[in-house]
Order: sequence, then structure tokens, then C-alpha cells
Amino acid sequence: MSQLEYIFTIERNEVLNYKTRLMTLLAPADAPADLIQKTGQFVNLEVEGHFLRRPISVCDWEPGRLTLLYDVVGDGTAIMSEWKPGKKVNVLAPLGNGFNLERSGQRPLLIGGGIGIAPLYWLAKELVKQGKEPVVVLGFNSKEELSWEDEFRNVTPEVYVATAAGDYGVKGFVTDVEAVRNAHEHSYYYACGPMPMLKALGQTIDIPGELSLDERMACGFGVCMCCSLRTKDGAKRICKDGPIFTTEELIWK
Amino acid sequence: MKEKDLTVNLSGVRLQNPVIPASGCFGYGYGMAEYYDIDCLGSISFKGTTRAPRFGNELPRVAECPAGMINSVGLQNPGIDKVISEELPKMREKFHQPIIANISGFSIDEYMECCEKIDREEQVEIIELNVSCPNVHGGGMSFGTQCESVAEVTKAVKSVTTKPLYVKLSPNVTDIASIALSAEEAGADGICLINTMLGMRIDPRTRRPVIANVMGGFSGPAIFPIAVRMVYQVAKACSVPVMGCGGVSSARDVIEMMLAGASAVQVGAANLRDPFVCPKIIADLPIEMEKYNIDSLSDIIGGVRL
Repeated sequence: MSQLEYIFTIERNEVLNYKTRLMTLLAPADAPADLIQKTGQFVNLEVEGHFLRRPISVCDWEPGRLTLLYDVVGDGTAIMSEWKPGKKVNVLAPLGNGFNLERSGQRPLLIGGGIGIAPLYWLAKELVKQGKEPVVVLGFNSKEELSWEDEFRNVTPEVYVATAAGDYGVKGFVTDVEAVRNAHEHSYYYACGPMPMLKALGQTIDIPGELSLDERMACGFGVCMCCSLRTKDGAKRICKDGPIFTTEELIWK
Repeated sequence: MKEKDLTVNLSGVRLQNPVIPASGCFGYGYGMAEYYDIDCLGSISFKGTTRAPRFGNELPRVAECPAGMINSVGLQNPGIDKVISEELPKMREKFHQPIIANISGFSIDEYMECCEKIDREEQVEIIELNVSCPNVHGGGMSFGTQCESVAEVTKAVKSVTTKPLYVKLSPNVTDIASIALSAEEAGADGICLINTMLGMRIDPRTRRPVIANVMGGFSGPAIFPIAVRMVYQVAKACSVPVMGCGGVSSARDVIEMMLAGASAVQVGAANLRDPFVCPKIIADLPIEMEKYNIDSLSDIIGGVRL
């Protein structure tokens, strides 16, 4: 049986840009070193005054320290942004299936849009550890939403940025970046970002890959059926059977 | 501290304690066995089951509210035959207490067929007739909001089943006691209430409903006082046992619901916020009982002093 519920302590909670925040949390003594087993998994945080938890992708895990990136998008994340170092947070972890590194090939494409860049960071680190050469493509609306670029560059030399406003990097969407237009030069891709971006990738890239999906959830551990997805293998729960789904499983309308 | 007696009895079915995860908030139980020994529970009411498999409603299916949530899952389930052939065997591997089968439907014929099938299943000791789902058209709640249709479906199902039949009622009615009485007079062995309250949220930024299906079922601590009131009204009007449900999230809530007249208590939305809420409640019950001078939980059923 897995413990699932842990009391973490906020270490840092910092502003990266006008909406994105970096939070690092220290694990309690009862958390195993390999608590988060796979890249692409997520955690579910209890937020005071709110009935439902907030599911957040794991941006990085090292024994004892959890790193999260999150956008302030509503009341719950606004409260989180006020949390101070030292505060205790009730965390459900680990949740979700995680990325499959076995299919990566030597030079996988990692494509992130907006806050969807978060789970790709630890993935990139793990791939590099395995001797792979990930090519990272990050998309943002504009330069003022840019974050975590330097951190990615510290992991892998090939990092490309696109902004829809065109005020930084390639003007346009991630699909306008040469590495994505030439996706056929890679054998596999990993992506996380807003649904329109994932759909655009699913329709323009003809190599297989896996996508991390985001949806409003209630439980986060697979019992309430609030985040169900139609797949080629029938109904799946994004929180429990996902959030990572392969392009072979997904149905693009 | 004197040994506390947590056992309760529902129409001859003995439960080791009154704590039951409510239908739709616990799947078929075995998934939660990854996290704790579910044999500590009094019973489990499994996910609402229909004749045919159902994907349910479009997403988003959930909206947060102060002290609760709205859901509009829409009875997603694999259908009665797969529940019997695949889900129940997995459930029985992990759970060895009486099972409550929650059955829903869109016609009397469908309720009868599903209930007749589940009635033959070992370890299913109570059938919970869901005539109160607010999230599907033409079925569910429309049966549960009128005395005549509640009586009709109860009588029909009673004629094809042998196990205690509890009718799960909707709170979206003006006179809950008369609906419960109709079920009792039609042969129901017990009443379960309340299902969720019809609710709605609108996102001011998009001016659209948060829930894809526009409206959904409101649950959580916010509805607890309404549930206590309705359990009280029904327990007073009926002579059959009542399972109380609605916003329960602590051992104190369980005691309060039992004082209102519940013989057992279901825990719903609280499981989604805290997956360990049920074992926590069970562990807390003896401590709370001591606080209120209770030796046996069964003694306090309907014990509210007026």
C-alpha cells in the first residue's frame, strides 16, 4: 500500500513573471527518496479555504525536494502564491502514470507551451542522464510570459523558443519552430501544453509521441470519473490512467 | 475508556461500523485498496450502474464551490454485465464486508433487469435504487421527484429481488417525507438520502457555465445541514431504516446524522478531498463517542431530543 498523503514544507515560493511562480517544497522524513517515481507525474495540493485540491505537474524531483511551476489563474493558485517558506502543505503524491522514456530514441523532441513546460524539465534531465540528446521547444504568448529557459539550457544545448507576439525567439507557435516542422528527423516526441497546441501537434507531426493532458479534476486518484477521456481503448481517467497518453491512444476530433 | 460498540444493522445486514463511502465517490473500492485496507469500512456503495455501458457527460464535469463541489459525471459506468463479470470480482478480492449495489436506470424495465441480475450476486447484501441522479435526462431524478413514479419503480424492483432494497432519494423536492413514505408503502426496506442538490456555476470571464452539462449535483460540507434536516424528516415519517448521506466529513457529523435518525452514514465528496477520510472517521468515532457519553452507536439512532 502506498502512503499517498505527506506534509511538505515550503522552501521557496518565488515570482518568475507576472503569472508564473516557482515553488520548492521539502519532503517530510516519512517520504521515500524515490517518492515521485516517474517524470510526468503530478501532485495534488490542499489549499486552505478550498474544497478541492490543486493538481500540479512535477517540474523536478530530487530526494527530499519537490519543484513545481504554477500559473496564478484563479482563487486557489492566488492563495498558493501567498504561501511563505516554512508553511506546511498537505500533498498527495505521487499521482498519474508518467512519461515512458523507453521510446524516446536518441534525439527526442520535447515541446512545451506556457506552464506546460514544467513536466518537460525533469524529463529532459532524465533523458540526458541516459545519454540522450533532447531537443527542447518552448512556446509562450509573449516575452513577459517566458520562464525557465535558462534552466532548460543548463540541461541541454538545443533549446528553441517561440512567442506568439513575436517579441522573443521565433514569431509564432511551437509548430512554427524549425525543429517541429522537421519533426520527421526525430523518432519520438513528448508534449505538454494547452489543448489547442496539443491538437495542432497531433495533426501536424507524423511521428509518434506522448502528450500530457490537463483537465479539471476532483479527486486526482481515479475514483470520481470527473476527468474521463474517450480513447481508442475506451474511457480512460486523465488523473489515474494518464495524464500521459500516447498519440496511438488519442482520438483527435 | 469503555469498549465502544460501532456496529449497526440495516434490515438484518450487520455492519461493523456505520461508515460507507457513497456511490460515485469510491469507484468499486479496489482502487482505494492501493492506499489503505478497505476492510475497515462498514460497507461500500459502488458506482451507479446502468444496463448499458455509459461514457457519461462531456467535460468539464466538475466545478468548485465554497465548502463543496458540483459534479456532472452522468453515470459513467461499464454496464451491469461488465460490473458483474469484471468489477465485482476485483472488488471481492480486496473487500470482504457487505457490498451495497447502486443501480440506476432510464426505465422501469431497465431498473428491473439490473436489479434482478445484481440480486443474485454473492456479497451484494443491499440494493440501493438510485432514482435521484440529477445529471441524466429522462432517468434518475425524474423517477425520484414524484410519489407515483417512486412507488412504481420500487414495487417493480421489489417483485424481482430478494435482498433489502434501499431507495436513494433526491433532495430536489418540496416534500421529502411524502416521497419516502411512497417508497416505503411500495415495499422499500429502507431509504437512503440525500443525493446531490441541483446546482450551477458561471465563469464571469467567459460568461459560460463551468460545467459542460450546464447544471450538476452540488455536494460537500455545504449541504450537510440540509441532509440532516431531510434525514430527520424522513426518519420521523417512515418506519424503515434510513441511510444518511450528504456533506459528512467527520466522526462528529456521523453522530449528528445518526441522532437525526440515520442507521448508517455514507461519506461522499469528502473522499475526493481526503482519500483517507473514511478510516480517519472510523478511528475518531470511539473518541467522539466517549466525548458524548455514547457506548453503542445503535443506541443513538433518532435520539435527537426535542
